[in-house]
Amino acid sequence: MLRIPCPWCGPRDETEFCYGGQAHVPYPADPSTVDDADWAGYLFFRDNPKGWFAERWMHRAGCQRWFNVVRHTVTYEISASYPPGTSRPDVA
Amino acid sequence: MRITVDGVQLAARPGDTLASALLRAGRRVLSQGIYTGRPRGLVSAGVEESNVFVQVLSGSGEPMVRATEIEAYDGLRVRTLAGKGLLPDEPDEARYDKTFAHTDVLVVGGGPAGLMAALAAGESGARVLLIDDQPRLGGRLLASRAIVDGLAVHDWVSSMRDRLQALPEVTVTSRTAVVGYYDHNYLVAVERRTDHLGSAAPATMARHRLWNIRAGQVVLATGAHERSIAFADNDRPGIMLAHSATAYAWRYGCRPGRRAVVFGAHDGALAAAVELADAGVEVAAVLDVRDVVGADFAAALARRGISVQTGATVSGTLADDDGVLRAVLTSAGETVAADLLAVSGGWNPAVELFSQSGGRTFWSEAAAGFVPDTAAQPTHCAGVLTGAVSLARVLSEGAGAGAEAARAAGLDVTEPATPSVEGELREEAAPAAYFCVDSAAEETVFVDLQRDATLHDIRRAVGAGLTSVEHIKRYTTIGTAADQGRGSGVLAVGVLAQLSGRSMAEIGTTTYRPPYTPISFALLAGRDRGRLADPERVTAIHDWHVEHGAVFEDVGQWKRPWFFPRPAESMDEAVRRECAAARTGVAMMDASTLGTIELQGADVGLLLDRLYTNVFSSLKIGSVRYGVMCGPDGMVIDDGTTARLAEDRWLMSTTTGNAAKILEWLEEWLQTEWPDLDVRCTSVTDQWSTVVLVGPRSRDTLEELAPELDCSVEGFPFMTVRQAAVAGIPARIMRVSFSGELAYEITVASWYALAVWEAVFAAGEITPYGTETMHVLRAEKGYPIVGQDTDGTVTPQDLGMGWIVSKKKPDFVGKRSFARADTSRSDRRQLVGVVPVDGRSRVAEGAQLVSHGAVLTQPPVAMHGHVTSSYHSVALGTPFALALLDAGASRHGEVLDAVDDGHATAVQVVSPVPYDPDGVRRDG
Ligand SMILES: [Zn+2]
Repeated sequence: MLRIPCPWCGPRDETEFCYGGQAHVPYPADPSTVDDADWAGYLFFRDNPKGWFAERWMHRAGCQRWFNVVRHTVTYEISASYPPGTSRPDVA
Repeated sequence: MRITVDGVQLAARPGDTLASALLRAGRRVLSQGIYTGRPRGLVSAGVEESNVFVQVLSGSGEPMVRATEIEAYDGLRVRTLAGKGLLPDEPDEARYDKTFAHTDVLVVGGGPAGLMAALAAGESGARVLLIDDQPRLGGRLLASRAIVDGLAVHDWVSSMRDRLQALPEVTVTSRTAVVGYYDHNYLVAVERRTDHLGSAAPATMARHRLWNIRAGQVVLATGAHERSIAFADNDRPGIMLAHSATAYAWRYGCRPGRRAVVFGAHDGALAAAVELADAGVEVAAVLDVRDVVGADFAAALARRGISVQTGATVSGTLADDDGVLRAVLTSAGETVAADLLAVSGGWNPAVELFSQSGGRTFWSEAAAGFVPDTAAQPTHCAGVLTGAVSLARVLSEGAGAGAEAARAAGLDVTEPATPSVEGELREEAAPAAYFCVDSAAEETVFVDLQRDATLHDIRRAVGAGLTSVEHIKRYTTIGTAADQGRGSGVLAVGVLAQLSGRSMAEIGTTTYRPPYTPISFALLAGRDRGRLADPERVTAIHDWHVEHGAVFEDVGQWKRPWFFPRPAESMDEAVRRECAAARTGVAMMDASTLGTIELQGADVGLLLDRLYTNVFSSLKIGSVRYGVMCGPDGMVIDDGTTARLAEDRWLMSTTTGNAAKILEWLEEWLQTEWPDLDVRCTSVTDQWSTVVLVGPRSRDTLEELAPELDCSVEGFPFMTVRQAAVAGIPARIMRVSFSGELAYEITVASWYALAVWEAVFAAGEITPYGTETMHVLRAEKGYPIVGQDTDGTVTPQDLGMGWIVSKKKPDFVGKRSFARADTSRSDRRQLVGVVPVDGRSRVAEGAQLVSHGAVLTQPPVAMHGHVTSSYHSVALGTPFALALLDAGASRHGEVLDAVDDGHATAVQVVSPVPYDPDGVRRDG
């Protein structure tokens, strides 16, 4: 079970959180201008890297706030945790 | 103390295990091979035991436990088992608890290395948790005669315990086995609190406790398990691991045999021979596979008149009439009479937890064992686990690892002095990596005693072309028994290496998985059983429903009245009566479980415009609008009504099971995409309770209860909301309908729910109804239930609700997807009604729709759709169902078969709105 640092509450057990998939996949500003292939990409396609990955979590059993985490998908090491709307920190 | 084994009473002493008591009583044959039926006896004194398992009958009972791990107590009753456990018939009434620990340093293992590690870390001021699986600290020191810091080992262990107890931040927990080592230094341990107390166990104390531990740093001092050597007829009672034999002699005070042969491949086996001799066992022969043995050990044995035969092995054994060992056959051709054959092939460092943590191991030639290599987490290994042999080295490694862990946890550390050790023989000759004595009788050369698997089985696996040890494990079942391969895993790797000519490093080990020792489901469940397994939610009116004979159904965690049968009334009869009341008179329902979210702020209208398919920002204060919500993929996720109570105050209702999910959905968009919007969302489901009043006579009832309210069609139109006193109670009344009839939803603070419910009930001949009638009424109007008639692949258009999808709004979540090729197909599954052609048969929910007359026995049978809801319709006088059907909107009139469990019912496709399609009844 991971130990996830919530930016607002501090480190907590994984069971308090829910997962939200890849981070930094914004809702397109004007979906009507997005072609079918790109829209399918937005809906259905996500990165699946072996290594560092920026992903979304929500502290469901705590502050109920969303945030982003940079986690290594092999070692599960977490190198950063930051609020939504901020850019991925330059770590790892 | 008296204990009872298979109905026979035996004596036991304080400190005994069941195994030591059995051995002292001379009981040798205690089990049999699960497939071969061959007699088996104790092979070890600890967690390595792979032969003798018993069912505990006294106390809380336990289906299958190693005899070596049961502490004897007065009144202990057990039954021996032949390889398999027996599940009891009765429920387990014992109490099981969970506890959570956070610590700077967790030390696993209370042997010499673990004690030193805990002291080194503890003296730095770190929070330290020392966990040991034995009743007493000391590990294998308990069977040792060494002098540590001038003290006998028992006294030294006591002094260490006192020093640890004097440190306020150190906790020592015995009888606790760490069974799992997971990510981010999360470990799980099982504490046995009362099993050893028998009838003296306090009734208030939990039997076992599950420890959930989050550690900053972990020190593993898990020791090692002795490895056997495979040879012909190596499974007879009387053949035992050498250091288990010495543990019986020196820790438990029971002689494991009178006349022994010792067979080994490292100096440790010779040390065991010395210990056995000094315990009064006649050591008839010492066989060592090596040509060179440690001089200290040979000399110590020589002083006792015992010579070591080098380059010698055991070629077989002989048994008496009971199958118990009586003689050992040596490679020199001798037959040596013996009732104990003490075997030691070497040490397998207990790397299980280290491996579970993600750490890698490697084969150490020097230690002749797999030892920890690189750690994957903040883990420090010490002692015998690392391949260390001498006690002095073990103690200093322990102190070093404890200090290192405390330093890594951010503390200043002064490493304690390493204690002096006297009376220990030095191991000076290298161990041999030796596993199996070749024999023509391969089917008697046992590698896994509990699985009855032999050298022959491994050779067969290799002959079948298997090379990976993982495959061979599965083919032979070696290492899959209750001991998880502790006795057989590395031995099998060694045998495979011998057979295939490959190196140990090349073959490697199988994967170690949790749990290290068995863990019961009862403990994992803890107190979350029965009524506490899942919270039960009831409305403020629940007790009234119970008193009035409601039958309940579970909707998520809610208990909702399903129907209210009168005496001797069947469900169908009750539902028919309730439906008739709602269609022709007046009926009432408790709708308090409907999810309710209050939204406040200047931008609520804007948010709803983006999340609902239709327009909400134009909604007038005091009005209500129905909306459908979709995901970005265009699929329906929820529906419900939203009322605008004030300029910046709105009340949204969601499906009963969806309330939390939709609140999270709103929050997700607000937090991650539109943080600039001025909107606040709060769940108010529990704060409000709602009574639904339905039927053509509901207006009369409401007028009587709320005399100040203008209930006329013009004064209180459909889809509006009013504030008024109902039976003197402040209420919010909404004119919405989920049945097609004139209906009112009366919402009051939950505190008043029962009062307003009883007032409404007392107002006239009003029929209470449950969820089944609600479903029939809504299905007759073709109102879908999200999650029942939809499944995440259904668009609003598929539901025939294209009218609710705004064409004017530039965007809303889901809009772009309606232009995708797949969502634009005309042959998508669409909502239809189906009625049985015979006018009588009710089809099953989930039934498949196939072509009429399709031969079901000749696959493939093309499936055109499936039934999502099915009821008996009172209004139509026939059964009626909703279904999702390929291109359903264009197939009204067609006849199909609805197939359930091989039985076909002819049905006709009809409009999903069979009742009052023009909606003339909603004004009463
Ligand atoms: Zn939080």
